[in-house]
This record gives sequence, C-alpha cells and structure tokens, in this order.
Amino acid sequence: MAQIVGAYFTSHVPGIGAAIARELQQDDYWRPFFSGLVPVRQWLSEQKPDVAVVFYNDHGLNFFLDTLPTFAVGAAETYANADEGWGLPVQTAFTGHRELSWHIIDSLVADEFDITMCQQMNVDHAVVVPFQLAYPQASSWPLRIVPIAINTVQHPLPSAKRCLALGRAVGKALRSWTGGERILVMGTGGLSHQLEGERAGYINNAYDLFCLDNIKDNPGALTHHSALDLIELAGTQGVEILNWIAARGALGDAPLRQQSRNYHIPISNTAAATLVLEPLGN
Amino acid sequence: MFAVAGAAHAASQVQTTRSGAGAVISTSHSADKRVIPGTPVFDGEQAMKGYALNAMCYSFNDELNRNEYRADPLAYCRKFTLSAEQTAAVLAVDVLALLRAGGNIYYLAKLAGIHQLNVQDIGAQQTGMSLSDFKTMLQMHRAI
Repeated sequence: MAQIVGAYFTSHVPGIGAAIARELQQDDYWRPFFSGLVPVRQWLSEQKPDVAVVFYNDHGLNFFLDTLPTFAVGAAETYANADEGWGLPVQTAFTGHRELSWHIIDSLVADEFDITMCQQMNVDHAVVVPFQLAYPQASSWPLRIVPIAINTVQHPLPSAKRCLALGRAVGKALRSWTGGERILVMGTGGLSHQLEGERAGYINNAYDLFCLDNIKDNPGALTHHSALDLIELAGTQGVEILNWIAARGALGDAPLRQQSRNYHIPISNTAAATLVLEPLGN
Repeated sequence: MFAVAGAAHAASQVQTTRSGAGAVISTSHSADKRVIPGTPVFDGEQAMKGYALNAMCYSFNDELNRNEYRADPLAYCRKFTLSAEQTAAVLAVDVLALLRAGGNIYYLAKLAGIHQLNVQDIGAQQTGMSLSDFKTMLQMHRAI
C-alpha cells in the first residue's frame, strides 16, 4: 500500500540554479534561503521517498502558446531538462513512473478532470531547481517523478478552488495506488513576485504569511480569490501559489504537522519560501 | 479571507508619469476589463497581438537561433513577420513596449537573456529605477 510521506513546497527562482552553479550557497545574499533547506534534506533522508508527484508550471520550455493545457499530467518514461534560453546549466533527466502516471490519469478523468496526457515532456527549472535544492550531492536523482503542470502563463488561469480540487483528486488517486512506494508531493514556485510592468518588483509579505499560516490547516482560505485577485495580491508570478494549493490538496484532510518552514525576502525579485508538511500519523 | 484591498498600497509604487498613449499597459484592455495598475495580464487579447513576437522568443530556447538573432536582429524579426511596433521594441529591448506589443514575460525573458539582462535588470528598466535602487526596494520588504 502506497504511503504519502508528506509535501515539500519551495520557490523555484531560476537564480537559485545559477547560484548553485556558482557555488554561492554560503554567500550572505543566499545563505538565509539555502539554510531553510537543511531540515528539508534531513527529513527527506529519513523519509526516503521513491517517487515524487510534482505540481509546477512550465515557463515556455515544453509548452508554447500554440497548445497550452490548463492541467497536464506527465506519463513519460523520462523527463529531460533542456536549454531554456538564458544560460542555466542543463541538469540530469528524471526517470518517470508511467504506471503511476496512468493510474493518476485514469482516476482524474473518472473524477471528471479533463486533463492533458503527455508521453513526451521536458521539464524546466520549476521542476529541476527544487530537486537541486533537496538533493545537492546527487549525480542522478534518487526518486522517480510524475510531473503535473498547471497553466500560470496564459489567462484565463484555473481558479485556486479548482487547483485545490485537482490536488485532492490526485491525492485520492495516490491513496488508491496498490504499489508499495513512498510518495512525496511537491508544489513549486512563488511566493509573491512580479517580473513585468511598472509594478515589477512587487512583493506582498502580508499575503505570503497569510498563505503560509493557513495552507496547513485551512487551505480553503486560499481559494476565495480569483486568479486576478491573486495577481493583485501576489503579483503576476505570485499566482504560482496555485501549485502549492494543488499540492496541499493531495495531502488530503487528515491532520498535518509543519516539519519546517522558511521565508526570506528577496531572492532575485521573489519572496522565497520553503515548507514541509507531513501527516500527523507518520 | 484575506482582503484584496490589502494590495492597494502597491499602486503607489507605480509610475504613472510616463507620457504617451498606452504607457500604463492595462489601459489598452477593453473598458470592462479589470485593471490592476502597472500590471499587464496576458489574456486572449494580448495572446492574439503577441503571437509572432512570442514565437520568435520561444525559438531562443535553441542556441543556433540565438546566434542567428545576434548576427542580424532585424532580419530575424522579419523572419518571424513581426509588426513594426514589435520590431522597434525588440531592437530597443524596451520591455514595457514589448509587453504592450503582446509579449509575454516568460518568452521576453529569453530575449532579455541574449542581451545579458536578467529579471532584476528588466525590473529596473521597467520601473525607471537604477539597478541598485531596484534591489534596495526589494530588500526593504524584508523587515516585518
């Protein structure tokens, strides 16, 4: 019987990948962020997950605007990282878990989520950076992945309410998986930041803390805002909180414990956060 | 529930003194659209306007294409049939103009990268700040 070991949430700012490539983790600018990963790595070394279900958003690596799914579930044998255009070193490919992917897809469509299925899928920094942070010494990734991409690029975006429901449906699928894997859920991106427009550089700590304070016990509180509300509150890229909301949904309704939490401003233009939640029974 | 009005103070950070039609991007939307000051929303209208521009920027995922652009930016814009407005904005690497012309920031970031501009450089450019002032503004959010 599969077990969900918990959820790891983190910002995925590309600059983090650049800082890792330049070995700046102990630099004054970066240390307050990287120090938040120490308890995450300790927790992962204890939990030893076999597979990660990763809610993230693609930034124009795998999907162009010609065909942009609202929700896309990976069902590939491998997921390559590739050149994103601005110089991040390309990282090792991930191994997929096709049987679990199709189980999730079957379950989601049975539950009336009209998702897109991807047997060929590259993954960008939104998947790679959180794994670089979690497994800094790894020459190959120690777990398989099922990536689930949520559209945060082309409006209209899915609502926070719908993303929570998607996550809950994924969690239901995971709990009905009969394999013996230990499953990690991941939500990447955020928190508040805005790259474009005259309001570029916008950050909203009050909204970020509202999210961090409520996502464990009251995720429904994060679903009362429309996508445009989220943009006003969290910035144009702060809508990546949708990935966190979906990941939280996958943990289900059982009580959770906050294993670690870190919040630091700024990393590049972003209010950066890292959070681990685990079921109380674990 | 966290009130949306909580973000209202942000509007005070927005430069509204820029002259010329369409300086505040959101005003190009039709009248019934919600306007968030200084904050472009990449909706269907922008997607239609910017398709060729974003297609060009998407091509920059490939090093060969980046080199072809570097060798002759104007010819590369013509290859992707950009409008005169889009071409001028590309050649000037003017991010606000690129956004007004339908550019999506995730794709524009690839163009900016060719010009050695990261997201903080383009943040400074769009807000009219020096890079140093822009970084200081971000740091000021820390103390709470």
